[in-house]
Amino acid sequence: MLSRLSVGAFKTAANLRASRSSSLLSAARSAPVRLASTSSASSASSESLVNSRATLASLSLFTAGTIAWYTHLYGTLPFLGEVHAGNLGDDGLHPPQYPWPHKGPFDTFDHASIRRGYQVYREVCAACHSLNRIAWRNLVGVSHTVDEVKAMAEQVEYTDGPNDQGEMYQRPGKLADYLPAPYPNEEAARASNGGALPPDLSLIIKARHGGADYVFSLLTGYMDPPAGVEVREGLNYNPYFPGGAIAMARLLFDGIVEYDDGTPATTSQMAKDVVEFLNWAAEPEHDERKKYGIKAVIILSALTLLSVYVKRFKWSPVKNRKILYSPPVDKTH
Amino acid sequence: MRLLKTHVLLRFLNSYVVDSPQPANISYLWNFGSLLALCLIIQILTGAFLAMHYSPNVDFAFNSVEHIMRDVNNGWIIRYTHANVASFFFIFVYMHVGRGLYYGSYKSPRVLVWSIGVIILILMMAIAFLGYVLPYGQMSLWGATVITNLLSAIPIFGVDIVELIWGGFSVSNATLNRFFSLHYLLPFLLAALALAHLIALHVHGSNNPNGVTSNGDRYAMHPYFIFKDLVTIFAFLLVLSVIVFFYPNLLGHSDNYIPADPMVTPASIVPEWYLLPFYAILRSIPNKLLGVLAMFGSLLILLILPLTDLSRIRGNQFRPAMKLAFWFFVVDFIILLWIGSQHPESPYLEIGQIATTFYFAWFLVLVPIIGIAENTLLDVATADKTNK
Repeated sequence: MLSRLSVGAFKTAANLRASRSSSLLSAARSAPVRLASTSSASSASSESLVNSRATLASLSLFTAGTIAWYTHLYGTLPFLGEVHAGNLGDDGLHPPQYPWPHKGPFDTFDHASIRRGYQVYREVCAACHSLNRIAWRNLVGVSHTVDEVKAMAEQVEYTDGPNDQGEMYQRPGKLADYLPAPYPNEEAARASNGGALPPDLSLIIKARHGGADYVFSLLTGYMDPPAGVEVREGLNYNPYFPGGAIAMARLLFDGIVEYDDGTPATTSQMAKDVVEFLNWAAEPEHDERKKYGIKAVIILSALTLLSVYVKRFKWSPVKNRKILYSPPVDKTH
Repeated sequence: MRLLKTHVLLRFLNSYVVDSPQPANISYLWNFGSLLALCLIIQILTGAFLAMHYSPNVDFAFNSVEHIMRDVNNGWIIRYTHANVASFFFIFVYMHVGRGLYYGSYKSPRVLVWSIGVIILILMMAIAFLGYVLPYGQMSLWGATVITNLLSAIPIFGVDIVELIWGGFSVSNATLNRFFSLHYLLPFLLAALALAHLIALHVHGSNNPNGVTSNGDRYAMHPYFIFKDLVTIFAFLLVLSVIVFFYPNLLGHSDNYIPADPMVTPASIVPEWYLLPFYAILRSIPNKLLGVLAMFGSLLILLILPLTDLSRIRGNQFRPAMKLAFWFFVVDFIILLWIGSQHPESPYLEIGQIATTFYFAWFLVLVPIIGIAENTLLDVATADKTNK
């Protein structure tokens, strides 16, 4: 009855049963007995394909590879991405994928773009948005030289103190100072923006689903509301914004900024530059991180291959051993 | 005699990781134990270094994490490693449990090993949850609010318990402080339990894919299994470094880069991916108290396996019906994981309820029935033989 179930592993059980009957004893004596776990790899012809270890391993690798490739393509795990409301109005239009200069594993930020992006931030965004986590010193060697940053910092007055007389005083900014915020507190920011709070931009790329693609799409995605969509007074229609109505108006118009390096300041150029800058602000470690990553992958790939070799070397006597079963001679016959 | 074998302390090292005889036929699925040990070591080390720069205060927690990311030398490596190894910890623990389920590692004489393991699993989830609260982003605060509120389902003194845990009337500074304290304390308890897991295992040694005794065919831990473990350790570190250095926020939620704000509720509150199957079970039950019981029950039910698995055969190697049932269970678990990440609305709610029912039925109905059926068939087959 058991032998009718034609699963490969069952053969061992069947063999056990067979060897009990005396007629088959001689056959079992001469044939080398292999353990069930090792038999599947060697006698593939008699095993079903489903039980073969090579099939299992290649299937697992194929699955893992597919998931990795999907994740690389779409930036999120299949099925398990962040929760979506599942309707465009609630969730906002899903942004397209843009070919960011820093997208690939071997790519750094485009630092000329960061420099232009800083200019866009300073001249346009900084009117309402703070960048609290970035100090002047962070810009050094990233977008500007030390002297340039020192000069920019000195143009801002910072409150310091107290001095020997116990009084606070004003002084020009230093490299260690953080970028100035447009409003002294949240209430002032809300009062100036019709009740809406312009978020701090230091982490905006990491703090929004879709990251750089989302912010770029938002900045360039302003349009007239489609028929039937009512946008409240003081709000603007933007299909990429969750809910569709955003307090921030379109601010990037062609030529609103004049770039030092002569790059034509189109809307999309400015949006790209400022997003590149904000992406740097959110992930200042980015360039260094990928450099470390390349080193880590090279070293650990080598170590993995080496360890596979050493494992096979150490195990080769075990894998090549032959186990013979010589049953005790039955003296009753 | 070598010092390794005679020294009062070193001989334990020898008996556990040098001379310890392991079944020759254990597959790479037996490597998850060493990977989990490595994960625990990485987490404790990176955690200790993070704690040197972190401040558990609602006003400073988020900023101190950003300070680690920006100003501490290589702080971003430490934090991204800590955050991502947590995910790998769960991947490995699920594989480890799955291996135990498939090969019947819970059956006598390893019931104690299995029971300690289940407690480790539950404690691990608690620690992971506590750790996720510490950066104090939006998802930290609201996740903590949702999960701690579950305990309010306890009749009569539920609300009192929740306020006791909070140390106030909402998730507040007191909550963050005690969560940090516990997140630092409990991993050492986990390490002690892991040691108990090892000691309990050491009595009878590892199970093997055949489920029958392997005493006739064993090899020493060193060099055979040390070098086999090293293969998966380096492979793990390779994958980990790809994630940490190229996709560090892949498994995180973007909302957690927004500082916690008690006045603003995020559009959707989801736990970390590794808790999603149990979150799905929680939401499948319309009654809050029963839902909470089902969620904890779905973990504790693992303890019942040594009792409900009535088959005389250990492991699924020679049990085709149980093999099929095992893979159904795996698929069910993946479905629950997916349902946990969806909004609780039709059809996800209904799918989740069916998957939850199957989850519990697997332990309580399917496993014992298959065991009884197999035993009966085996009895019929062997009785047939002896009558001849």
